[in-house]
Amino acid sequence: MAKISLIVNGNPVTANVDPRTLLVQFLRENLRLTGTHVGCDTSQCGACVVHLDGKAVKSCTTLAVMADGHEVKTIEGLAADGAPLHPMQEAFREHHGLQCGFCTPGMIMTAIDIVHRKGHELDDHTIREELEGNLCRCTGYQNIVASIAAGAKAMAKSDLA
Amino acid sequence: MYEFKYHRPGTVRQAANLLVKNEDAKVIAGGHTLIPVMKQRLASPPHLVDLSHIEGLDTIEMKGRSLVIGATARHADVASSAIVGEAIPALANLAGGIGDPAVRHKGTIGGSLANNDPTADYPAAVLALGATIVTNKRRLKAEEYFQGLFTTALEADEIITKVMFPLPKKAAYVKFRNQASRYALVGVFVARRPSDVRVAVTGAGSEGVFRVTAFEEALKKRFAAKAIEGIEVPAEGLNSDIHGSAEYRAHLIGVLTRRAVDAANAKE
Repeated sequence: MAKISLIVNGNPVTANVDPRTLLVQFLRENLRLTGTHVGCDTSQCGACVVHLDGKAVKSCTTLAVMADGHEVKTIEGLAADGAPLHPMQEAFREHHGLQCGFCTPGMIMTAIDIVHRKGHELDDHTIREELEGNLCRCTGYQNIVASIAAGAKAMAKSDLA
Repeated sequence: MYEFKYHRPGTVRQAANLLVKNEDAKVIAGGHTLIPVMKQRLASPPHLVDLSHIEGLDTIEMKGRSLVIGATARHADVASSAIVGEAIPALANLAGGIGDPAVRHKGTIGGSLANNDPTADYPAAVLALGATIVTNKRRLKAEEYFQGLFTTALEADEIITKVMFPLPKKAAYVKFRNQASRYALVGVFVARRPSDVRVAVTGAGSEGVFRVTAFEEALKKRFAAKAIEGIEVPAEGLNSDIHGSAEYRAHLIGVLTRRAVDAANAKE
C-alpha cells in the first residue's frame, strides 16, 4: 500500500491505496465521488475527465499515486450543494447538451478546460476540434457544441472559474 | 493490472539507481501508453519509476543552434511553447495533433520515443530533423536510436533526459489519420536541412519509422512537390491490415510527402 495526500475539490484527502488504483477508482470507490464516470476505460471516451492541477486529464489513465501531492477537481467540485450551478453546467441544462447524461461530467470538465486555454469566445470549429477526446453516443454533439459556446461566454461574467 | 511498487525519484540519478536495483522495473512519466498496456495485462512491471516529479526534466530551451526539449515535456507544452513555435513550428504542430487535449496534458516526448510505437508521431520528427537523443549515459543519433517495432537502442537502465533538434530551414508534418483510432495511418515529416533533405515516415512501416531516400535525393535537387512526381514508393515492407493495404499506404506516402513539401514551402 502507498500513502497519498492530495486536495480533492478543495478538501485535503489522505488515504492508503494499492499503487495500481486508478485515479478514477480512487475518486469513485474511496471518496464516493461518482460523478466522474468510467466509459471506455481505454482513454478514448473522456467520461472520466477531471482536472489535475487545473488541466483536463483522463482519470482512467492516471494512477492515484501519481496524483499524490497534487490537486484534483471533479464535477462535484464545480458548485456547492444547493448553490447555483456552475455557468457551464447551467449552459448544458439550458441548451439541452445531453440526453442520457453519461458523458456529461467529462464533457463539462473538458469544456471548462477549453475555456481556460482558449478563452470565452469559441467558434464551433474550435469546440469540435477540442472535443476530440470526448465521445457522446446520444446527441450528435450539436447541442453540446451550443452549450459550450454559451457556457464559455457565461463564464466571463461569473466568479466561478 | 498486476501489482507493482511505485517509486518517485527526485533526480535522474536516483531513477537510474532504481532501475539498476529493481529488475524489470519500468519508467513512467505521462503513463498514457504504459498504463493502458498494464491495464490489459500485456505488461506487468513489478516496479514503476515515475520521472514526472524530477525538476528541470521538462525544460524547453534554445541552446546555440539547437532546440532542446526535456524528456518529460508534455505534448501540450511543446504544442504551446513559444520557443518551439519560433524554432520549429512543424514540431509544435505535430505535438498539437497527438491524441486529444487531455492526452496531450499527460503524454511526454520522452515516453513517446522510449516506446517507439510504429504509429507514433514524434519518431518521424526525430528521424527527419536528425535529432540527438540524450540519455543519462550517452548521446544517440536518431538513425541508431530507432531499431524496429517498439525497439530502441535504450538499455534497461537507460533514461532519456532530453532531445536536441538542429534547426531545419523548412519543415512540415502531415498525417493521414485512421478514422477510428485517430492514430497515423501514415504520417510524413519532411525537413529541408542546411545540407540535405530528409523524409521520415511513421505509421506505414512494418519495422517502424523509416526514411524514403528516393524522395530525399529528388527533393535535395529541387525542394518542390513536383520533384517527386513519378517516383514510386515500393509497397514491400509496409503494413497491410483492415485499415489499408501496403499499396494504399505506399500511395499515401507520396501524397502526404507532396503535401508536406507544399506546407513547408508555404511557411516562408
